[in-house]
Amino acid sequence: MTLLDLSGLTLRTTDGTTLVDDLSLTLAPGERLGLIGESGSGKSLTALAVLGLLPEGITATGSVELAGTQIVGAREEQLTRVRGRDAAVVFQEPLTALDPLMRAGRQLAEPLRRRHGLRGPALKRAVLDALERVRLAEPDRIARSFPHEISGGQRQRVALAMALACEPKLLIADEPTTALDVSVQAEMLDLIDTLVRERDMAVVFVSHDLAVVARIADRAVVMRQGRAVEEGTVLGLVRSPAHAYTRALVGSARRLESALNLGDPR
Amino acid sequence: MTPPPVLELRDVSLHHRGSDTPAVQDVSLTVETGGSLALVGESGAGKTTLLRLLLGLGRPTRGTVAFDGTELAPRDRRQMRAFRRSVQCVFQDPYSSLDPRRRVGDIVAEPLRSLGLDTKATAAPKVAEALERVGLPADAVRRYPHEFSGGQRQRVAIARATVCHPRVLLADEPVSALDVTTRVAVVDLIAELKRERGLTVVMVSHDLSVVASLCERTAVLEGGRVVEQGDTARVLGAPAHPYTRRLLDAVPRLPV
Repeated sequence: MTLLDLSGLTLRTTDGTTLVDDLSLTLAPGERLGLIGESGSGKSLTALAVLGLLPEGITATGSVELAGTQIVGAREEQLTRVRGRDAAVVFQEPLTALDPLMRAGRQLAEPLRRRHGLRGPALKRAVLDALERVRLAEPDRIARSFPHEISGGQRQRVALAMALACEPKLLIADEPTTALDVSVQAEMLDLIDTLVRERDMAVVFVSHDLAVVARIADRAVVMRQGRAVEEGTVLGLVRSPAHAYTRALVGSARRLESALNLGDPR
Repeated sequence: MTPPPVLELRDVSLHHRGSDTPAVQDVSLTVETGGSLALVGESGAGKTTLLRLLLGLGRPTRGTVAFDGTELAPRDRRQMRAFRRSVQCVFQDPYSSLDPRRRVGDIVAEPLRSLGLDTKATAAPKVAEALERVGLPADAVRRYPHEFSGGQRQRVAIARATVCHPRVLLADEPVSALDVTTRVAVVDLIAELKRERGLTVVMVSHDLSVVASLCERTAVLEGGRVVEQGDTARVLGAPAHPYTRRLLDAVPRLPV
């Protein structure tokens, strides 16, 4: 059984530039995959293509099958049915994911109402439950707050609660902790790890940071300039990278990290 | 007699108007010539506020900022001129800190022109030298910022900051917007400038591995106060304050 099957996915701009080139990968239910790459590698566009969320001017060819639905070329009604139910996404910058003019509680109520048909007090209860589930203290206050009134970490938790609201089979997380402080990042990674594990949810975790990917994903694809250059277990990639680019990535990360080994005399 | 520290904050506090809590409180720091200091902490800790004070871009509500042992007086034009010549800065985002409508050559020449050190003609060889030192091709002078990648843009910003041979480089998260391979290259470049030209570096960063790679001294800020400062090897190697330990523990590590 595969949950997600990308086959020969190619993304091009209208002027013919190839952004993602002939990418194939599969994901089983409950599996956690990392998409690793630097800026311009096509990792975020690949994540967007899974939900049919590509920006205007970028066209997809090839095949993206998500829980049995072909996403490439799908009509908007089909995509609406898939989004939230089969896959949901958390972006890097929660401010862009949240409507600045709507209180957090109302934004979160929308997917809960649509997916579960909840109304009135039951809906209100479900909103507070969802906020508690992402370990937000004072869910009442958060629900009444506008996005600008809460911290970046709290906003990202609200965005995660929204993504989980429809109980998707696949969570796509696109650099979800890059904009956060390091201690908030650690909490957020713990939270994502626990919540997807409890729900047997599959994850596509997009990041440039190998150490962060290693916290969530078991397997990873390394992308460079739109192509997958190497695929394997995260441990394998970090311990014995085969491709020169993966070696450069691991080497750079290791070198920076080794500066922190201050116990050893240098 | 030992020379006074090149930059010094003495019991500095800054209250923003309309805010109940001070942005920074009772901070004392010294930056010795040729040394390097990192200001470390999370959002809202007051790192950037301190850097602005060190740059003379704001005045503290209490306490003093001293440059070469004399209190910094933003209205003293002579002192500020000497100060700007000696202290230059690099910002986090190489996409917003370079004027998109100007060619790289003009951008890098800007400190020389605005300090009245050079004309366009006499600036040219210095610009070429600065670009070469940061590893950019000579034809970069005729090109525009958008033609360069993030890492190259940060090199342009470093060329601009070092073209007038300042003694101090203040850098606000200079590599956090860069990819990891580029990040290592820019860290190496700053280390080289430090080593070869005796450049004094003050850096704001939340990235402890970058701090450990570049700075001999570290001050840890929490809620506008310095909770711990000293040699980086000691502060990050054997932290005394629980907040420093929390920061260190939160750094994601590669699996072994």
